[in-house]
Amino acid sequence: MLQISARHLDKTTILDVSGDIDLASTPEFRKAALRELRELRTPRVLLNLTAVRYIDSSGVASLVEALKASRDLGSRLILFGLSSAVREVLQLSKLVRVFEIRDTEEQAVAP
Amino acid sequence: MSQGSLLLKMELRSNPETLCVVRDALGKLAETLGFPETECRAVVLAVDEALTNIIRHAYQGQTERPIEASFRRIQVARDGLSKPALEIVLEDRGIRVNAQKLCGRPLEEIRSGGLGLHFMRESMDAVEFRRRWGRNQLRMVKLLRTADQAKGY
Repeated sequence: MLQISARHLDKTTILDVSGDIDLASTPEFRKAALRELRELRTPRVLLNLTAVRYIDSSGVASLVEALKASRDLGSRLILFGLSSAVREVLQLSKLVRVFEIRDTEEQAVAP
Repeated sequence: MSQGSLLLKMELRSNPETLCVVRDALGKLAETLGFPETECRAVVLAVDEALTNIIRHAYQGQTERPIEASFRRIQVARDGLSKPALEIVLEDRGIRVNAQKLCGRPLEEIRSGGLGLHFMRESMDAVEFRRRWGRNQLRMVKLLRTADQAKGY
């Protein structure tokens, strides 16, 4: 079961994501991330992935789509709190270097 | 298919909601067989991606079509030795899947999709597709390594 909640700090939104990001839940994840970027035009979107225990290729594809949207709109997308499982999948995708990744929320929030 | 010892057989429906159940069961199975933690995650990822491909491509999103999954402990010849391995066979009755088409996108470019087969090939020691008796059959093999072997020591 995927759960997503939002916290708002000035011009930043933190999306706290928990659960598995897979074929069943990716549409919800994708929708939440793109809403922040495209509809709400949030200048900085932080994805808290601390409680994400699994991500598949459809989830990675959604991250890539969100990253593209952020670049198109001149905003920033930052990932933080990656578990070993999530980090391994991003490394396997060979896309890990294209994302802004921080270890902790404190680092991610810092300008 | 090989004559290894059958560990687990699952008859699934092509419903994305069942993927988490398969992941949990397979993770436990791989752990019980002695795979290190990272290898357990690799096996789970490969099977999850394979099932995702079946649901999306072979069954084109239909959620009530059958998928058979069997898991066997086998011995494979490698470097002149017989080594223990986990063999996974997935069968579906969907349309013929073109494996070339599934991996036809370069990873160097930032674009979505096309990653599933790449994950499967990177995670497993063998990935073989074939079409038989109107079914797609996918066979994947993962050699059982100790934690030190998995780290390359």
